[in-house]
Order: sequence, then C-alpha cells, then structure tokens
Amino acid sequence: MLLTALVLIPALGILPILLASRSAAAVRVIAVAVTLLELAVSLLVAARFTVGEAGFQMVESVPWLPSLGVRYELGIDGISLTLLVMTTLLTFISVLYSTKVITTRVTEFMIAFLLLEIGMVGVFMALDLFLFYVFFELMLIPMYLIIGIWGGPRRVYSTLKFVLFTLAGSLLMLVAIVAVYLASGPEGGRTLSLVDLIAGRGRFSADFQVWVFLAFALAFAIKLPMFPFHTWLPDAHVEAPTAGSIILAGVMLKAGGYGFIRFALPLFPIGVQAWLPVIITLSVIGILYGAVVAMVQKDMKKLVAYSSVAHMGFVTLGIFVLNEQGMMGAVLQMLNHGIVTGGLFLFVGIQYEKTHRRLIAELGGLANRWPLYTTCFAVFTFASLGLPGLNGFVGEFLVLLGAFRFAPPTGLGGSFWGPVAALGVILAAVYMLWMFQRVMLGPVREAYAKLPDLSPIEMACAVPLVVLTVVLGVFPQPVIAVIEPSLKHVLALATDPSIQVAVR
Amino acid sequence: MVNLVWAIPALPLAAFFVNGLFGRRWLKQATGPIAAGAVGASALMATAVFLEVLGGRAQTTVVLYQWIGVGDFRIDIAALVDPLSAVMLLVVTVVSFLVHVYSIGYMSHDHGFHRFFTWLPLFVFAMLILVLADNYLLMFVGWEGVGVCSYLLIGYWFERHEPSVAAKKAFVMNRIGDWGFTIGMVTTFLVFGSMNFVDVFHRVGMASQAVLTVICLAFFLGACGKSAQLPLSSWLPDAMEGPTPVSALIHAATMVTAGVYLVARSTPLFEAAGPALPIVAAVGALTAIFAATIALVQNDIKRVMAYSTVSQLGYMFLALGVGAPVAAMFHLATHAFFKALLFLGSGSVIHGMQNEQDMRKMGGLRRKMPVTYWTMLVAGGALAAMPPLAGFWSKDEIVGAAFLHGDTLLWGVGVFTGALTAFYVTRAMVLTFHGEPRDQHLYDHAHESPAVMTLPLIVLAVGSVLAGFVGFPPEAGFIHGFIGPVVQLHGAAHHPEYTVIAALAAVSVAAGLIGIGIGLAMYRGRRPDPAAVARLTRPVYRLLVNKYFIDELYDRRFVAFFTGFGGVMSAFDVHIIDGFVNRLGWVVSAAGGGLRRAQTGVVGNYALSVVVGLLALMALYGGYAVGVLR
Repeated sequence: MLLTALVLIPALGILPILLASRSAAAVRVIAVAVTLLELAVSLLVAARFTVGEAGFQMVESVPWLPSLGVRYELGIDGISLTLLVMTTLLTFISVLYSTKVITTRVTEFMIAFLLLEIGMVGVFMALDLFLFYVFFELMLIPMYLIIGIWGGPRRVYSTLKFVLFTLAGSLLMLVAIVAVYLASGPEGGRTLSLVDLIAGRGRFSADFQVWVFLAFALAFAIKLPMFPFHTWLPDAHVEAPTAGSIILAGVMLKAGGYGFIRFALPLFPIGVQAWLPVIITLSVIGILYGAVVAMVQKDMKKLVAYSSVAHMGFVTLGIFVLNEQGMMGAVLQMLNHGIVTGGLFLFVGIQYEKTHRRLIAELGGLANRWPLYTTCFAVFTFASLGLPGLNGFVGEFLVLLGAFRFAPPTGLGGSFWGPVAALGVILAAVYMLWMFQRVMLGPVREAYAKLPDLSPIEMACAVPLVVLTVVLGVFPQPVIAVIEPSLKHVLALATDPSIQVAVR
Repeated sequence: MVNLVWAIPALPLAAFFVNGLFGRRWLKQATGPIAAGAVGASALMATAVFLEVLGGRAQTTVVLYQWIGVGDFRIDIAALVDPLSAVMLLVVTVVSFLVHVYSIGYMSHDHGFHRFFTWLPLFVFAMLILVLADNYLLMFVGWEGVGVCSYLLIGYWFERHEPSVAAKKAFVMNRIGDWGFTIGMVTTFLVFGSMNFVDVFHRVGMASQAVLTVICLAFFLGACGKSAQLPLSSWLPDAMEGPTPVSALIHAATMVTAGVYLVARSTPLFEAAGPALPIVAAVGALTAIFAATIALVQNDIKRVMAYSTVSQLGYMFLALGVGAPVAAMFHLATHAFFKALLFLGSGSVIHGMQNEQDMRKMGGLRRKMPVTYWTMLVAGGALAAMPPLAGFWSKDEIVGAAFLHGDTLLWGVGVFTGALTAFYVTRAMVLTFHGEPRDQHLYDHAHESPAVMTLPLIVLAVGSVLAGFVGFPPEAGFIHGFIGPVVQLHGAAHHPEYTVIAALAAVSVAAGLIGIGIGLAMYRGRRPDPAAVARLTRPVYRLLVNKYFIDELYDRRFVAFFTGFGGVMSAFDVHIIDGFVNRLGWVVSAAGGGLRRAQTGVVGNYALSVVVGLLALMALYGGYAVGVLR
C-alpha cells in the first residue's frame, strides 16, 4: 500500500488546503507538511526496498477498466526508486522555498504543486501503459498553470509553447499506446500491463516496432528535451517561477529519459536498433550544441537551461550505447542533474529575489557579500561542469566510458563518438566558469552591496542539495548497487539477441 | 605506518573542514596555525612512510573502499605506496608545510585570511590524492582537485578583474589537457580491462604499438595542460595573479609537476609506445628554450620565476623523453626546493616593498633584506646549476642523458637554455638586490620579513644545497637505486664513464658561467648597456616582451572564434529552429482561422464531415490491420 499512499498523500493534502484557504500562512504550513510526509514515505519505501533484486517490488495491481484490460498497477525497481526519492525531495524543497516567494494565489499555487507531485510520482511507479499516460499528462496541466499564472512577463507565450510541444509528443504516444494495445493480443486478451507486454513482445513485428518506437521516442525526446526539440525549454525556464524551474529541470525532463528506459527499450528492441544511429548522433550534437549556445547566453536562467540540453544529451547517449556503463551513467546523470541543476535554478532564483536582476551583465561581485551563497553556488557550478569528487562526474564519466565502448556493426563507433562527446566537458567548464566569474567575482556593485546572505529557509533548501552533491560524488556505489540489477535486466531485454534472430 | 597512509591526506582535509565551517566567524587568525599544524603532522607521517619504504617495504596497496563498480568496470579508492609515491609524498608535504608556515606571516594582514587557510589545505589534500592514487581515475580526481584549488587560489583576490580572468584561463586550458587525460584513461581501460597502475603495466604486451601511442599522447596532452608545456603553457604566467605563497606551492613546487609525475608513473606505457617519447622530448626541449627566452626580458620578478618554472618543467619532460625518468623525478624534487625558495624569497621582497613587483623599482635591497638575499642567492645558484648546489646535479643529469641518448640537438638546446637560465636569474638578482635603489621612497620603507617567513626560507636554502646529494654519485646515487626500479622496468640504467660525465658537466657549467658573466656585465657594469642591447635587437626584443604573441593568438583567434560561433549558433537556435516552431504555430492558427469559416452551423454539413472522417479512419485502420496481421 505504500506506493498508493504516495499517490494519495498529495491528493488528500489538497482538502485541508482548501479548508484553510483563508489563511495563506496555514496553507503554506500544510503544503510543506504534506510534501514532507510524502518525502518521509518515499524514504520508507526506499528502506523497505530489497537491494539486489532485478524485478519490480511492492507491486500493487487491481483491474481498473476490466473490459479493456487496463489495470491500476504500480511497482518500483532500482531505477524508479532513485528517481522517486529525488522527486519527493525536490518537491519538498520547491514548496518550502515557495512559502517565501509566492505571495499571490497561494492556495491555488500549492494545490497545483500537489497535483503536479501526484503526476510525477505516478510516472515513476506506473507499470501499466495507460496509467503511465494518465500520470504523464497529469504533470502537464499543473505546470501549465504554474508557469502561466506565477510566471514572468512572457509567461503566456512560454507556457503555451511548453504545452503544445509536450502535447504534440504525448498525442503521438497515445496513438502508439493504442497501437500497442491492439497488437498485444486477440480481442479479449489485450493488455497494457508492462510485464505482460514484455512477455508477449514477440508479437510486435519489426515494422511495427520501428514506427511505434518512433512515436514513443518523439514523445520522450520532446520531454527530455533532445536536440532539435528543445526550444520550448529555455522559454519555459525563463518565465517559470523558481519552484517551477526546479521541478521542470529536476524532475519532468527525467520522465523522458525514464520513459526510454522503462518502456521503449524493453518493448521495442528492434525499433531501438533501427533508430539508434539517429539518436546517438542527435545526442552528441545536443551535447555540443547546448554547450556552445549556453556559452553566449545573457540570462542566467537561459544559460542553465541550455546546459540542461547538453546534460540530457549525455543521458540519451548513455542509454543508446546499450552497455552497462553507459546506461548506468545515464541513470546517475538523471539523478545528479536533478540535484545539481535543481540547485542551480534554486540559486538563480534566490539571487533574483534579492537583486531583481538576472542578466549576467547587470550582475557581478556577489561573492564579496555572500560567503554562504557563494560557497553553495560554487559547489553546484563545479558539479555541473563535471568535477570528479562531486556527483556530476560519476554519471558523465560512465556515459563517456560507455560511449567509447560503443561498437555498432556499421557506422561510426565509440572511438569517434567518445572523444567528440568528451569535448562537451571542456565547453562545460567554459560556460559555467564564465558565468561564475561575471556574476560572482569582480568588484562589489553598490546597488546590492547591502543585501543579506542566505536566510535560514534558503539554507534549509540548499543544504540537502549541497550535501547530496558531495556525498553522491564520493560514495556513489550504494546508489549504483540499488540500480544495477534492474538495469541489467532492462539491458538484457533491449539487446536480447534471440529476439533479433527470430525476426531477421 | 604504511597502512595508515590515508591519514596523510585526511589531516589537511580535516583542516579544510574545520577552517571552512568555523573559520569566518570563530577561528579567524587561528585558521593559519590549524592548517599548518595539520600539514606539518602530515609531513611527519609522510617521513615515517618514506623511511618504511626505504627500509625495504615492497610496493603496498591500501584500499579504502570501492568507489565505482559497474559491470566489469571497478575503481577503488586505493593508495599505491612505492618509492615513486613515497618521494612525492615527502616533497609535497614538506614544501607544503613550509609554505603554510610562511603564509601565516605573508597573509597576516589580508582580510580573507581564513579563506586562504581553508583552500590551501584543500589543495594539499587533492595533491596527495593525486600522488597516492593506485589507478588513473583516482589520480584524475586529485588532478582535477588541484585544478580547482588552483582556480580558487589564483582568483583569491577575486574583487579584481585580472585574478578572476587568470583563474578561469588556467582552469579552461587545463580542461583542454584533461580531454586528453580522459581519452587516455578510457582507452587504457578498454584495452587492458583495468585502470589500475599495477595491472595495466603488467599487461602492456596486450596492446599494439599504435594503440599505446594513442594512449600515451593523450596522457601527454593532459600533462601539457597541467605542467604548462607548449601549446598549453600560457596560463601559468598569468597564474601569478594569485598570492605569492600559492605561486610557490602550486605553480612551482607541486601541482605543475603533476604532469611529470603522470608520465613518470606511466613509463612502462611510454617505453612500449614507439613515437611517443621523442615527441615528449621535443616538446619539453622546445618549451624549455621558449620560456627561458621570454624570462630574459621580464621586469616583474614573479613573471621571471613563472617563465623559469615553465622552462624547468620543460627540462623534466626532456628527461622523460630521452628515457631518463629518474633524472626527471630527481630534478622535480630539487626544483621543488629551490624554486619554492625563489618564489617565497620574491614574496618576501614584495612584502617588504609594499607589494611592488616591478624589478625596475628595486635595487640595493641586499642591505635591507640580508636573509632573503642570501637564501635567494643559494636558490638562484641552484637554478643556474652551479656546483655543488642541488640544481647542478639534477639538471646536469638531464642534459647529460640527452647527450648519451644520442640526441645532440636536444643536448645543445639543454646547454644553451642553461646559459639563458643563468643569465636571467643573475639579472633578476642584480636588479633586485644589487646596485643603488631606483625608488628611494620604496627603499626607505623596505624591511626584512619576520622570522615566520624567513625561517622557511632558511630551511629551503638548506634543502637547495643538500637535495642534490641524493643523486651523488651521478647515475648511481641514492635516488637512482631507490626509484630506478619503479620507473625503469626495461631499459636498465646505463652507467657511462665518469670521464664522459665530467666532460659533459664541464660544458654545462661553462655555459652557466658565461650566462652569469654576461648578466653581471650588463646589469652591474652596464657594459653593454641593456637598453642599448634592446634597441639593437629591437625585433627580437619586441617578440620576447610580447611572449611570442601567443596570448594574442589565443585571445583574438580561438576565443573570438568560439564566442562568434556561439553567437551564430544561438541565432540559429532562435531564428531557425525556434523560428520553424513559431511559424508552424502561426500556420496552425491561421489554418484555424480559415477553418472557422467551415463552421457553417448547418448540421448536415457536420454530419457529412463526421462520416468522411470516420471512413478515412476506418480505411487507415483497415490498411494498418492488414499490415500488422499479415
């Protein structure tokens, strides 16, 4: 019941918020308490998780639409557990930080955030394709409102763009889900349950897989986002309120990467093989392109947004080189990017709340007055550029190792993609340090010489992220041990030679 | 003691945490002694470890825990204690300790005192990880760690523009080298199935020479970045924006020698790879003479020392390239002492001259700063390779090795650069300490530094005299017997005739004496007058003063290219990719506007379109179902 509890807690939390809606202070306290409880339950789930098992655990399965064979089926494995805990943590931090900065329509904001949390935890637990789709869409609507109501000056354009992009992808996915459903068996025996679908994936012909995989891949590629489907991201981030940016970059992008690993890879191994050269190429382009474009950005948020495009390029690269190191790197990169980029967006937001400036040229010398802020921001900066010893390095290095190892029967192999992707690591240092220099260093500016350093609440938001950034860099192995069995299982399904032989 | 080797880096790390967490509010000036005490304790432990290894303890691996393990890729946090790392441990901790003590005095008036003593022990920690690592990836952790500390400490006075820029430049140029390091270590793993030094070196035979060459050149690119060799050398002189003790420790004695250590550590790979070593030798020799010529005309005392460091590092790579890794390590060790001393001495001068670094405003200071003068004289002599000072033994061995290796050209470069070295160090000493003061006001206020600063100078001066004797007699000294077996697996040390060695040494010393002689003649006797010489050789002089225009090339070409390229790509993103999206949105909404006219309100029309749509869907689905079920 723990997994259902994770879905229910935010839902039930909406009720007291509505009851207390007259007092903004009460609403804030309730929202923080609910997300804290959610975090605690997710940690309880983690504590009960059996490390070393490949399959799904704590599965809850009841018929939902029996006539269609759709089930309410939740379960977790090592991959989803990691992302689940990251989600509840980032949501808690976002809500906690928002208690300070959201002053209009507090009730609506908190309700939107709780709805968003339902969608996010659901996405990482759903084992039925239809249920997954429902949660996937559920994430979209609250975020649409969060950007559209509490966002910056161009919020309407940005949020509409964000929704249209994502909808275009998810409608394609819906079509694909219907196709999968129809192909899953004879009438009466059809299913959308992931476990059953994998068992019966021999029914999916090669042609079918190529096209259905493409539909799923487009949906996930837009969500991640992959080059060239990324242009909604910088706009959405620039306009989103800080909490929205943290969740958008920290969690929602990961739904794309997770979707690849959870559904696209095990269900359509032939589709994977067919599209893999394209995806690898776009990933590496994304790594370099995101970095080069980030380099010349004038707005801090845009810079971090483009750096996310580069980082997500590492995720898809790691997934599609189809070896253990690459895919492990991709999962770790998702987790670490959530922590580090969540932290970066948090700190850009904190800074903005104080100085009301976000253009790099208008900032400078912040380090003179804010030692605490500077220390935390420096940790995130160095983690983001992949400094060994901090968490960002582990995932990035494993992806690179996997990329070097990539050996396709035809076309360009790892000895090309590996070194080229590694160039992104140089560029990351350029754009991150250039931003750090222009924003943090240099003479102090009079306009904000007297602004205070981090407040206790800001510290409370920052410290968990800083600690995780260091700890996961120094001791990544416990997390790797949680992920590894499930990941091996997925990899075996995606590269199972018997399937390929049967078709060819 | 060896089993407790992890305590050596743990102590500075603890000092980092204590000073970082409590320094600003509570500890304040106490941070200095805390950091120095921790590093001092490390130095004592390192000495104990060194003695144990000396006592015959074989190679030991001390595993702390498993860091990363995915599939067949496994990396431990583990230390490899052998003679090579023992020497490095000793040099790093001893010099670090002395610099810490010195800094307590040098930084005493700085408002960021606690910050300085937070980062300096962190640097020591990272450097010790680099030295102790038993595999390439962990070494890379230390390698990048020292890079970050270098970044932080170069940019220590970050309120000013130049240090921030210099810090970023250093990190980015190092990153270019790290690209090579990454390629090198990943390829190493793919070829040998391990990144562990011991495993890899045992399996050298598994790889083809071509692959080994790729690996070695990739590693060497990393070494060029860290050790400021051409074409990645220009960050080091700029790094002088950092406080002088930082220049002494990081940018002279320890971090910049990491590239030498990397190549020396990887000797089995380099020996087996054919064309890699000659390239190392050529780059080293070229960098040595390149940097020495620039040092001839610098007026900033720290810049002279900085170019000198680049040049001396070039000597070390020359040694590695001609198959004399012992000589490289030997020179690394002696250079750590005398160059740290030259920097700290320069710092003492700067400290006493109200932060003036321009030698044209100095002169006659030996009367005001006798301790600084005499200790720097010793170090300068060592740099000029005058017997019996430390630099003589180690540098001569390098130049001699080039000759014995059959590379007469490289030998000639080495000897000539030796003369240049002797000249610029003489020039620096004369301009600073001799003659009449050229800025009477500064001179009147100049003073000798306090004991906390001069005592480390004296200790280093003793080291600059004695360190050379670990390599005596030449080619068969203590250091050859100690680390030779680690770095010379195949090519056994050659023992040439002593008459040959003596003859080679005589040539080198003569070249050095000529350099000193010209230096004295020009800057003490004004015969010929330096200004006249500069006028006479104007094109050359201009080239040297402008450092061969390398910075201009990098800034104007590469940086401008990349920012321009980034701008173009950004415009591409906004106008082409996103422009396509927006145009699509426009088309859709325009089409929606057009379709609005189809909303006639006549039910029959709607029914018709529903039927048409249904038929179309059925047709599509039918065709599809046929395709699937076929």
